[in-house]
Amino acid sequence: MEILRVEGVNKSFGGLRALNNVNFSVEEGTVHAIIGPNGAGKSTFLNCMIGRLAPDTGTVMFGDISLTGMKPHEINQIGVSRVFQTPEIFDDLTLLENIMIPALAKRDGEFALHAFARVDQDAEIHDRAMHMLEDVGLEDKRAVTASSLSRGDKRRLELAMCLSQDPKLLLLDEPTAGMSRADTNNTIDLLKRIGDRGITKVVIEHDMHVVFSLAEKVTVLAQGTIIAEGKPEDIKGDPRVQEAYLGGAHL
Amino acid sequence: MLGLNKKDTYMFLLVLALVVFAPFLLNPFPENSELAQFNAGYPDLMQRFLIFGIFAIGFNILFGLTGYLSFGHAAFLGVGSYAGVWMMKLLTMNVIPAIFMSVVFAGLFSLLVGYISLRRSGIYFSILTLAFAQMSFSLAYSVLTPITNGETGLQLALDDPRVIGVSQVDGSIPPANFFGMPMRESFEMSMGGWLFTFNAGYYLCAVVMMIAFYIAIRIFRSPFGMMLRAVKSNQQRMNFTGLNSKPYTLAAFVISGMYAGLAGGLMVAMDPLAGAERMQWTASGEVVLMTILGGAGTLIGPVLGAGFIKYCENIFSKINDNILYDWFAALPDGLADALVFIIHPFIGKGWHLTLGIMFMLIVIFLPGGIMEGMERIGRLFKRRKPPSQDKSAPQASAAPAE
Repeated sequence: MEILRVEGVNKSFGGLRALNNVNFSVEEGTVHAIIGPNGAGKSTFLNCMIGRLAPDTGTVMFGDISLTGMKPHEINQIGVSRVFQTPEIFDDLTLLENIMIPALAKRDGEFALHAFARVDQDAEIHDRAMHMLEDVGLEDKRAVTASSLSRGDKRRLELAMCLSQDPKLLLLDEPTAGMSRADTNNTIDLLKRIGDRGITKVVIEHDMHVVFSLAEKVTVLAQGTIIAEGKPEDIKGDPRVQEAYLGGAHL
Repeated sequence: MLGLNKKDTYMFLLVLALVVFAPFLLNPFPENSELAQFNAGYPDLMQRFLIFGIFAIGFNILFGLTGYLSFGHAAFLGVGSYAGVWMMKLLTMNVIPAIFMSVVFAGLFSLLVGYISLRRSGIYFSILTLAFAQMSFSLAYSVLTPITNGETGLQLALDDPRVIGVSQVDGSIPPANFFGMPMRESFEMSMGGWLFTFNAGYYLCAVVMMIAFYIAIRIFRSPFGMMLRAVKSNQQRMNFTGLNSKPYTLAAFVISGMYAGLAGGLMVAMDPLAGAERMQWTASGEVVLMTILGGAGTLIGPVLGAGFIKYCENIFSKINDNILYDWFAALPDGLADALVFIIHPFIGKGWHLTLGIMFMLIVIFLPGGIMEGMERIGRLFKRRKPPSQDKSAPQASAAPAE
């Protein structure tokens, strides 16, 4: 079953055509990678899906709900979470609080005036946050302010924040960018583990090692157009893809 | 106790004790001594400590938690004051309806201002609130004169209806009272050379402030308070986490506006008149100073900041050259002249200079305000203990805002 369906999406910035009639769909429960050279329009594409940018034309359907025109928080509330290229976390708050916030958002909705409840006595939210921290191996740092984390840890924290909401669809924008080899492999393991929960994932990635160890399907974007789509093995041998990547040096 | 954790309970009880015993604590010097002018234990000033404390506590809920810097909060205090005086003119001299309606009107007005101003953030938000406050200030002087009585200020009159109470008692305006107990009533206690004054109005302010402080603690420790800190930390992440930041900021804005209205209502309860100058931008700036000076985002900081500024305003401004000469009487004439010449710009009317310098020093060296200073002193004492206890220090500093 398709969980996400993008039809005829166009997006221009001034004279630059960033996305050119993109059609795309994601099967439920799979890991779908979007690859492409720099400036191919990958991030623009993701931003159009998540409501950060409005596409000029075309529709984005999540199940049978149209995402076009919806606000980011509304899109999240129906089950779409996103990990950013540079980790977006609550820098001034502790790790535990960082995860309690999304957990509360999932339980209490986009706004709740719980001004007299005690957040430290909310056992359900607390346990959930602790469980997520253990999952990503950050439980020892629960009382630490998030700004003091290393980049790799920040990314793991952001991932835990998204996972604490049990999303139906998880969008990851270059989840291993700027990571060491060891950190990258840890992240791959982590992403594989959360694959067991049946969360559909769309991964934008540069690193082919990551793509081929994770993805079940790959879409190749170049200059705002989809030039190839298929299983990782097929994509590897596709001459158009190799050309887009300058003679296939990366492959 | 009262649904607070241990640490907060201690803090609450400490503040309660300070407030209850303030008439003693603020009068440490005997009545006839040289230093009696540094006493702050008279009702008028003590009331102001508490009223501005409430104002700053409320302002801190907006600025300290969400980081939205409003430069127009004095407008809500002004609206509260006018509403309070009108209640005393129309209904009764009992202060409760006046205080209640002050909060309601300030809340409604802040809902309107907040709804519009919160369309922008950062400096644009500050400018919008400033514009609203200055607009209210100008209107109070011009178009709204029938409501505000313009430059004279809104005062009580003998022929006011006061439908629930009485228009006049023995040919004069009845005093503001709490179910019959006049706010001005004081009990004086003389002990040796000391004179302590216990004022009914002060203790009414004290009860109201403790309630306001308690509510602020609960908000700080609630999921709602955590969301407000999330707004300050990363609004983008908040939106992509499924939270709508707008109602959160608006709620914080209205709550802090109601605190300002409460402060305005209490001012009226203590002294039943209201003037437009209460809404001027300098008054809005003052509460910003109080909050930053004490420590934005901390619970007690704003109250300390308010007390500190009001103390300086009242005490430093009263010192004049003659008093200085008294102090330096023992020194040779030339030296005394020189010292008075140097100190002169910082006292009397120049107390703003002293305040300005202190503010600069605190912001540069203690960005966390008085609270950070106290924390640093506390850490100095901790360091002298055996090193095994030192390991808990980083965890304590990583704890959420206090």
